[in-house]
Amino acid sequence: MRRDRGRGPSGADDAGQEPAPGAVPAVDTRLLVREEGVKGYVDEFRRKLRSGELGSLPVVLAVIIIWTVFGSLNSTFLSAQNLSDLSQQIVGTGMIAIGIVFVLLLGEIDLSVGSVSGLCAAIFAVLNVLNGMNEWLALLVAIAGGAAVGLIQGFFFAKVGVPAFVVTLAGNLAWNGLMLQVLGTSGTVNIPSESIVSKLYSTIYHSPAAAYVTAAVGVGLFLTASLLDAGRRRKARVPFRPIAEIVLRTVVIAALAFATAYILNQYQGLPLALLIFLIVLVLLDFVLRRTTYGRRIFAVGGNIEGARRAGISVPFVRMSVFSIAGTMAAVGGIFLAGQIQSASQTSGGGNLLMNVIAAAVIGGTSLFGGRGTVWSALLGALVIGSIQSGMNIMGVSNAVQFMITGSVLLAAVVVDSLSRRTQKAAGRA
Amino acid sequence: MPESPVLTLRGISKRFGAVQALKDFDLDVHPGEVVALVGDNGAGKSTAVKSIAGVNPPDEGVITWEGKPVTISRPHDAQNLGIATVYQDLALCDNLDVVANLFLGRELRRFGVLDEVRMDQRARELLETLSIRIPSVRIPVASLSGGQRQTVAIARSLIGSPKVVILDEPTAALGVEQTAEVLDLVERLREQGLGTILISHNMVDVMAVADRIAVMRLGRNNGFFDKRSTTTEEIISAITGASDSAVTRRQARKREQEEDR
Ligand SMILES: Nc1ncnc2c1ncn2[C@@H]1O[C@H](COP(=O)(O)OP(=O)(O)OP(=O)(O)O)[C@@H](O)[C@H]1O
Ligand SMILES: [Mg+2]
Repeated sequence: MRRDRGRGPSGADDAGQEPAPGAVPAVDTRLLVREEGVKGYVDEFRRKLRSGELGSLPVVLAVIIIWTVFGSLNSTFLSAQNLSDLSQQIVGTGMIAIGIVFVLLLGEIDLSVGSVSGLCAAIFAVLNVLNGMNEWLALLVAIAGGAAVGLIQGFFFAKVGVPAFVVTLAGNLAWNGLMLQVLGTSGTVNIPSESIVSKLYSTIYHSPAAAYVTAAVGVGLFLTASLLDAGRRRKARVPFRPIAEIVLRTVVIAALAFATAYILNQYQGLPLALLIFLIVLVLLDFVLRRTTYGRRIFAVGGNIEGARRAGISVPFVRMSVFSIAGTMAAVGGIFLAGQIQSASQTSGGGNLLMNVIAAAVIGGTSLFGGRGTVWSALLGALVIGSIQSGMNIMGVSNAVQFMITGSVLLAAVVVDSLSRRTQKAAGRA
Repeated sequence: MPESPVLTLRGISKRFGAVQALKDFDLDVHPGEVVALVGDNGAGKSTAVKSIAGVNPPDEGVITWEGKPVTISRPHDAQNLGIATVYQDLALCDNLDVVANLFLGRELRRFGVLDEVRMDQRARELLETLSIRIPSVRIPVASLSGGQRQTVAIARSLIGSPKVVILDEPTAALGVEQTAEVLDLVERLREQGLGTILISHNMVDVMAVADRIAVMRLGRNNGFFDKRSTTTEEIISAITGASDSAVTRRQARKREQEEDR
């Protein structure tokens, strides 16, 4: 670690020397990478591995392994149809997992999201299907309900000072009770297939152009943003990503995007649910990494006292984050209801809570706060979804599925804990 | 001192219930001057600093800023005047990089979005003027050494262009080398014309960088010493109150000072 740093023109180890006139005194590690070309990237990668900054590497490996294993055991697993279905199935879990990512970034946990997702699906179903409320309005009420539930829990956590774990554990039961109350005697409410909620899940754009254009727009946006940023940085004379690196990243992203589009088009085309999921991911990733609000979330997750002294309102950040978790739980609950076209007493129950927390953690967001990205919701949901889909194809019983999913979560937490320990040893946590 | 003080405290008193933590405390800080505030544990140093920083406003006394009396009742008031405080526990966010820490709570924005480029640029300029050497402004603060972290914390206090910087025991947890880094930085603050209040228990550090030394004892002033004309022994006896001669010298000095005024 230390030796690596010393390579900088004015790294820590040659602190005794005066920097050359005109030299940039604080050298960006990326600058070293650029100067050393390909070898620099390899070195940087090795250094990151050694210091425990694994990022999304383990989960990408996990996806590859899972797909290889199930693909070799049963050819239907890697079929365009199964992968297309998978891309729809992960949306409900993934949406809720996004909310969990936000909460985990604070170093907290929300155990109520399963119940909240069920409650909000029930609210929609009862308002729209049973009471004939306008479906858009009912949708809005359901999602606002999720936000309000999150805000209430956030209030008890942030203002009253009850540990989040306890507040949301109590919430888990209470919101489940409220859902049963809302459903009342009806028990199960079927959602007609022409309902907006069903359509959100089942709509597929059959034209091949839809998937390809989406992929092209995504790649184009990424490339433009990267080039603009590099241009501004170059003008401001601060280190910037070299063009070669931008091109490389764009090529990788383009390959993934167009491969996905190709596979989806092999079956029925681009599912609306997947498109919405991706848009939500891009937007919330932007919020987390590019706005003051996102910066505050990371700050509170890193050092509460530090955030407070920097003038950040810690209670506001906490309450808003729990409200986001509630909102995303509602959104996820709506998609799950659309998937099974009903809201019932079992909505939001079973192993849903386990799966969404597992998804966020497996995707690489740390349980210890301050580290993670919303993309881990996508990656983690993909791992969980792949395992379930594969095992369903193989006819594996629920009992075994639970045990395997539990083990995968444990493995992810072990990786997280170990990498945190390595990071500490390498001075990065 | 040729220049008039930027900050003066006169007759500052502060009670905590039955404890008279500060009594008739006086202090002057001039631009380009390092004033060391020393005293035994519980002497009231942190209380004095907190009354300037607006954390614990004083019960009595007058604070004058650039010749005008001011009231500092909130940390915000102090910041607006141009008083920056670096507390001993640094309050940096380990998971954020150096730039993010420097600008935490006052991020630069462009079209409502974080302006990383300009923050990066300004961070580099600031670190350069302070000759702070860190491997990269884009690495998490966790990977910096204790001294580097302390310098980042001090640099952060300078983002708002303060005129007076208060450092509460900035070297308490540091090794020899890292202490030297921080002391270098304190000297650079002086070169840039800032007034600095340095709290420390380490007489070597104090004698190394301070221009004047204000001794506190049991919540009161116990003498002001000019670095060029005093000895460590003299200061230590003023801190402990052990030697009668120290007290007499203190009184002599106090009289001298009053005549100067
Ligand atoms: N918030 C408070 N409530 C009650 N008493 C306090 C409070 N803050 C300080 N005191 C008292 O005021 C006195 C001075 O404390 P202060 O923290 O200013 O000492 P100090 O000189 O900074 O000591 P140290 O070198 O140990 O940091 C002590 O007797 C302390 O008990
Ligand atoms: Mg103190």
